[in-house]
Amino acid sequence: MNGPHGHGMTMAEKILARAGGLDHVVPGQIVEGNVDLAMMHEQGAQTVLPFHQMGAETVWDPDRVVIAIDHWVPASTEGAAILHRILRKFAAETHLPHFYDVGNHGICHQILAENGWVVPGDLAVGTDSHTNMLGAMGAVAAGIGPTEMAAVLALGQLWLKVPPTLQIRVRGRFGRGVTAKDLILRILGEVKTTGATYKAVEFTGPTIEALSMPERFTICNMTTEMGAKAGMVAPDETTFDYLRPIAKHSMHPLRSDADAAYERVIDIDVDGMPPMVACPYSPDNVRPLPDVVREHVKVDQVFLGSCTNARIEDLREGAAMMKGNKVAPGVRFIVSPASTKIYAQCLAEGIIEVFTNAGAVFTNSSCSACFGGNMGILAPDEVCASSSNRNFPGRMGAKEARIYLLSPAATVAAAIRGELTDPRDLM
Amino acid sequence: MKDVIEGRVWVLGADVDTDQIISGKHLTIIDPNELKKHVFEIALPEFATEAREGDIIVADENFACGSSREHAPQAMRAIGVGAVVADSFARIFYRNAINLGIPTIEARGVRKIFEKGDTARIEMRAGRITNLRTGSYVTFPPLPPHLLELLEAGGLVEKVRTELARRKAAAGAA
Repeated sequence: MNGPHGHGMTMAEKILARAGGLDHVVPGQIVEGNVDLAMMHEQGAQTVLPFHQMGAETVWDPDRVVIAIDHWVPASTEGAAILHRILRKFAAETHLPHFYDVGNHGICHQILAENGWVVPGDLAVGTDSHTNMLGAMGAVAAGIGPTEMAAVLALGQLWLKVPPTLQIRVRGRFGRGVTAKDLILRILGEVKTTGATYKAVEFTGPTIEALSMPERFTICNMTTEMGAKAGMVAPDETTFDYLRPIAKHSMHPLRSDADAAYERVIDIDVDGMPPMVACPYSPDNVRPLPDVVREHVKVDQVFLGSCTNARIEDLREGAAMMKGNKVAPGVRFIVSPASTKIYAQCLAEGIIEVFTNAGAVFTNSSCSACFGGNMGILAPDEVCASSSNRNFPGRMGAKEARIYLLSPAATVAAAIRGELTDPRDLM
Repeated sequence: MKDVIEGRVWVLGADVDTDQIISGKHLTIIDPNELKKHVFEIALPEFATEAREGDIIVADENFACGSSREHAPQAMRAIGVGAVVADSFARIFYRNAINLGIPTIEARGVRKIFEKGDTARIEMRAGRITNLRTGSYVTFPPLPPHLLELLEAGGLVEKVRTELARRKAAAGAA
């Protein structure tokens, strides 16, 4: 479909046009978009006060609202317990039925994914910056703050500036021991932390089309670290197969037109690409892992978890490497599945046993060590190898602590050897 | 919102993420007056005790990148920060700050013309930020009308309150 500018639209433009009830939009245009799904985690507790201050009494559509607590589950401090209580009370008062509370919990983005809350064509918003992950469904999914969420709950709408789209075309095959995480780290190294600020990032090309949904979640998740408003993959049979049994509402698959206008196109070839690592203190400080391994970086803690990389596929791969090995002396290895459902799968498949017998701590599902506010806190100058998404100063505790971001396989390799290790050496 | 904002300047570097503004260990605090004691604990530890109402934050690229935590602008508002200016912002912080009614201005090159303790003068509609000590200035595209409206209303709470009241009145009249 050609618009007034003589070219087609990108997927992000089409989704925002649909959300705004418009036939055509162009980058820079402000759209009042109808929200298909609104998600809150503990930060939603700060939504309650502005919601009442706005004079709102009812939520626009309780079946489009999900609450999933994840940062402190079960509550690890009195403060967290109060946040949880505020949310439970608010959910009861405003009749919000979709509350993933302790026992049925998980990291909010994983809860949305595995329960089919976001589907192709959706405009989804959440009170967490990594809401971008759900763009893997072929949706525009963006993080917002709690005051903005109060407005969304009251009105079912929010304003968005239509973003220009950055297209990242990926070709080639991953070598052994190289994963979607290595790909997104490499892209971060090129695009940098501001390279996609306010933009939509659309991943295309044969390598992307061949990725599973969990792999697509990983790459879309870390578009947040590029500053992106949305990270997305066009919906295809992989998407539909994943969602068909679980979709909570009807799909409106939208794909970029062949003549859509992209602000920038980046080509990436993964043939011959080694495992990658983001070094302190920025997710864009990316180097080939083998180069860093040569520097013998000793680790104090290893974390396999977070919304980026703690799905069953990640934990299976990690357990396969861990089996028959031990966690290196002096290393603390924390493994935290992304949801209770994944925890149960790990239990059934013997994965918990493998990690526990190797000397790891297999925890209940939560954001865990990722954000430095619950468990697995780092002391000054400690070093952590982590499958999570951020390594800015102070992210996991002391500001002098050093965090290296890696694939799940590379974190397990670091846990076994006690220093950063090329996972291919252990496969 | 005042059209001309003047204040004493604090400077910050590039990529100051939200962890460095309010760190993860303080995220269960929701009282802004408590939060303000911890603002910039990692990036600028003296700020919380020395900052005065009306002070202006001038940062480099990608200010407040990282998490969606509104604790960061909440704490700045509680201190009474007069404006936040940066070469560029991360998008969620930018929205959060404007939603809370904090004048938030993206101005290329602004960090370079200020040092700590200088006085900044911001002309919102003219789109100009001047260092009153040195006389140097940078210009910026004035905020789009819908954002100026939001700031003039005092933030998103006020704007939505007006909108809901309007809808209620319209429903009552119908």
